[in-house]
This record gives sequence, C-alpha cells and structure tokens, in this order.
Amino acid sequence: MSDIAPPTLDLRAATIAVRVRAGELSAAQVVDDYLAAIDAHETDVHAFNLVLTDEARARAAAVDDAVAAGDDVGPLAGVPVALKDNMCTRGVPTTCSSKILEGWRPPYDATIVDRLRDAGAVVIGKTNLDEFAMGSSTENSAFGRTNNPLDVTRVPGGSSGGSAASVAAGFAPLALGSDTGGSIRQPAALCGVVGVKPTYGAVSRLGLVAFASSLDQIGPFAHDVADAALVLEAISGHDPGDSTSIDQGPLELTTVLEHGVDGMRIGRITDLPEGADPDVVERVDQAFAALADAGATIIDVSVPAFGYGLTAYYLIAPAEASSNLARYDGVRFGMRAEAPDTNAMYIATRTEGFGAEVKRRIMLGTYALSAGYYDAYYGRALKVRRRIAQDFAAAYAQVDALVMPASPSVAFRAGDKTADPMSMYLCDTYTIPANLTGEPAMSVPFGTGADGLPVGVQIITPALHDARMFQVAAELERRAPAS
Amino acid sequence: MSDRITPDDVVKVARLARLSLGDDELAVATSELRAMLEHFADIDALDLDDVEPMTHPVPIDNVMRNDVPAPTLDRDEVLAAAPDAADGRFQVPPIIGLED
Repeated sequence: MSDIAPPTLDLRAATIAVRVRAGELSAAQVVDDYLAAIDAHETDVHAFNLVLTDEARARAAAVDDAVAAGDDVGPLAGVPVALKDNMCTRGVPTTCSSKILEGWRPPYDATIVDRLRDAGAVVIGKTNLDEFAMGSSTENSAFGRTNNPLDVTRVPGGSSGGSAASVAAGFAPLALGSDTGGSIRQPAALCGVVGVKPTYGAVSRLGLVAFASSLDQIGPFAHDVADAALVLEAISGHDPGDSTSIDQGPLELTTVLEHGVDGMRIGRITDLPEGADPDVVERVDQAFAALADAGATIIDVSVPAFGYGLTAYYLIAPAEASSNLARYDGVRFGMRAEAPDTNAMYIATRTEGFGAEVKRRIMLGTYALSAGYYDAYYGRALKVRRRIAQDFAAAYAQVDALVMPASPSVAFRAGDKTADPMSMYLCDTYTIPANLTGEPAMSVPFGTGADGLPVGVQIITPALHDARMFQVAAELERRAPAS
Repeated sequence: MSDRITPDDVVKVARLARLSLGDDELAVATSELRAMLEHFADIDALDLDDVEPMTHPVPIDNVMRNDVPAPTLDRDEVLAAAPDAADGRFQVPPIIGLED
C-alpha cells in the first residue's frame, strides 16, 4: 500500500476503485478524506441523517486488508456510498426522515446493501429525504430540510435530496436514492449530477421501505455517466427475495458508453405538457442539436396522454401509500403513543408520528380507494396509466429514445412551494410517466439556466433498454456546454 | 367525480386511515383535498371504456419459491425493534373491554 496521501476528492468512483484494487490508494485514506469534507461543510448542507464514521472506517480497513491479502475486492473497492435513509441497514437507524420510525433499527440489510458490500463499497451515511419519500424538495423531513450545495438558500429537489446533495457537495462519489415519481431524476437535475431510475424490477427493493410498490425503484447518483453505470451494474440483477425483481442478470452498461448515437432515432414529444421555464427549454433544444450533430435523427412524436400522468400518479401513488403505510401503527416498529386501548393507540401514534404531507397523501389515497369513489378515482387512474403506456409504446415504434426536461425549472428557493401542495406536485410533470410505465429514465447535467444553476436533460427508453439510455446519456455528457 | 368533498367525507376518511384531525386541520385538509380533486378532474373527459386497468408496469404472476426451510429473521432482534414486547411476542394495550 502506498503511503502517499493523494487528494482523493476529485477522483471518480471508477478511478478510486482501480487504484484501491491495485494497492496504490488506501480505502482508509479515501474514507478519511470524505469524512473530512463532511465535517467541514455538512452543517451548511444537511445532507445526512446519520454519518457512519466508525462503521465506514472499519469497513475501509477491512477492504485494505483484503487488498493486502491479495483478494479481489470488487468493482467498487473502497468507494464511499451514501444511502437514502429509506434503505434498511441492519442494526443502524433507518428513519425515512419520519418521527414514526424513531429508534427503529432494522433486523436485516437491504439487498442493495449486501451487493454494495460484495462490490467492495463503503457505506458512509444515511441521507435525508422528504418523509417516506413524499415530496420534491426535501423540505418535508422530520429532521429539517437539506440545502442545495450550489446555493444553500435553494432546495436540492426531492425526495432523494440528501443523496443528490451528498454527491454534489463532494461528501461521497456515489449515492443511492429511490424514485417513485422522479425522486432521483429531479434532485439530480437540481444539484447538477447524474441520476438514474433503471427499468422497474432491475434493482431489488428488498429492504427499501415501500411507498408505492408498483412505482418505486432504486437507482444511483454520480458525478458522471460512467460512475452511474458502474454502481448500477453492481446492484442490479435478480433477487429471489423481491418477487417483482426481473429474472435476469446484472445490467451491462459500462461497455456501451463509447458507442455513440450515430443512426439512432431520438424522439421529441410535440404535445409535452407546458410549464417548463424558457432557460430549461433552451438547453433541451441544444441537447437535440447536439445529438443530431452526433449522427442521430430527431423525430417529432406524439404522446397524447403524457399530460394526464400527474393525475394518474397522484391517485395511484397515494392509494398504494395508504395501504403500505398502514403498517406504522405503534406495534412492530419505531415509536408508540400511549393510549388506553389498541385502537386509540393506533390513532395517537399515527397522528403524532406522521408529518403533514404524509397524512395528506394517506388521506387522498384512502379517499381514492374508499367505497363509492374507487371506480371514479383509483379505477380510472389505472386506465389512464394503461393509456399512457400505450402512447409510449406507439412512440417507440418510431424512435429509440425520448429526450425532454427532467425538471420544469432549475433549483427553486426553499419555502417557495411549501404553502401550495399542487405547485410542488407539478415539479414531477416530466418524470412521472416513466414510473407509471416502468421504463428506464435518467437525468444528465446539460449546461446551466437561470442564475447559473444546472439544467438536467432527461432520457427515456423502452423497458429493459437501460444500456441504450446510457449510450445517449454518455453522448450528451461528451457534448454538454461548458456552463 | 364532480361531487365536492365535504368535511364529513374527510372525517370519515381520517377514521378509515386511523388519523385524528383537529377542527383547524379538518378545514385545511378539506380545502386541500378539494383543490387536488378539482385538478385531477382533467381525466373526466377521457373515454376509457375500452381500456384495461394497469396495476403494474410489467405483467407479473404469483412468484413462488420452493417450499424448503430457509433462515428467517432473528426473533429477538425483531422484537427488540418493537415499542413493546413480552414472552417472545409483540405486546399491545387491551383490545377489547375498554370501548369508549
């Protein structure tokens, strides 16, 4: 092992792993450098609910020992990874940024935690989120909001705002988030990092605290497309512990990044819902031009039902959430409010333990599923979902991939949208359809917009075509404007 | 679905969801839910008669595993994470006999 202490914070995850495996760089040094960065700036950003200082150091030392012993420690050797705090870590608090899970320590690790460990990665902390992943700004946290590292008066997006901020702030080269309606892609766009929601079922959700089970998917944040590909290869692939996991091997992504887009047909949706700011629209137009320069053909397509996604989502996701969150009743997990009988205890615990947005969505979902309203709301939303999937399928008959904004705006100021729930929900307009259809979607930084803040361009491809999406993403990354 | 949601509806929904609302909260929740449902009325105009509901992004059948013993979670570790436990079980306040 080298006794030189290189500045590791500018290194990509891929480079860290190569150097640690070769014995040129110690995992202990890498972790210490990142812990020092967290120590210096975390009070300004508040990306973490919990920093795992001792655990990360112990794990890094074990990686270094394995390298010294000549073992193959894996493709993420010594790479620190921040985990959204809705992913179960055995014996380590997992809060979902909710008071109701206060004191709960899961009795098992999520599958992605096992896979990260097998790949040699080092979990460095648990990141803040909108409570139970419900929100688009990381302001709905029982532990206070996360700030955008690029401008701390602005939000990092959400719900995986802590994970996006941790990568943007240089607290970890990689982070994992979950994406139910855009909760990886929108914060990635607002923080200027790469964020990926892979095909539904590509990454196991065993140990991901459930929000809306037909929509939830785990994916990475990274500084570049290659690092996102590297970690996604490590965590994807079938898991018998998740019955919705696709029965296939890990995604193969890192090999396609140089393939380019020559001859590819890229779709521009002509009837995309309005609402994107002009600075965002301008960058997306430049992205189409860049892809055309790279040899792609830009084709106008229609996805008429796209704009109904918001309504379908905000009926389906709360309906599923109202069912999934019924388990928090003061019996098996976290906190309990004392009351004389069990039913009163359920009500007191849930009323005290859940925050306002979670209650709002549980109520909305309960209403949409209740007798007399089920067909009108939940039932119709499921039909709209089918219609959207049919429209996407028709578009894919003409094109290989779709490109559009990830977020309608650059990072907005904290407090701007908290008074009006509908205004916050509209942040998800462009990201929601890929959750309803299960298709892979990602956001790649592509220049800046208002106030010099980053703009994210979203790429969507048909289900199971994650590799093609990465091909387009890598090309956009190569051609991204300097500022 | 043009019927407007009333405070009585919201009280009923809160009861079903095991949540308690104060008077102020009830008024706010009613107006918020009303505003959302008005926005969501955009799908009323769609003709969806011949469209099959889509509950899941990929067609999926029941997934079964082989019926062989496998390790389970450690009982003590699970109970240690609960608010109250006794005699190897979750413990709760009385369920019957204390109505009202």
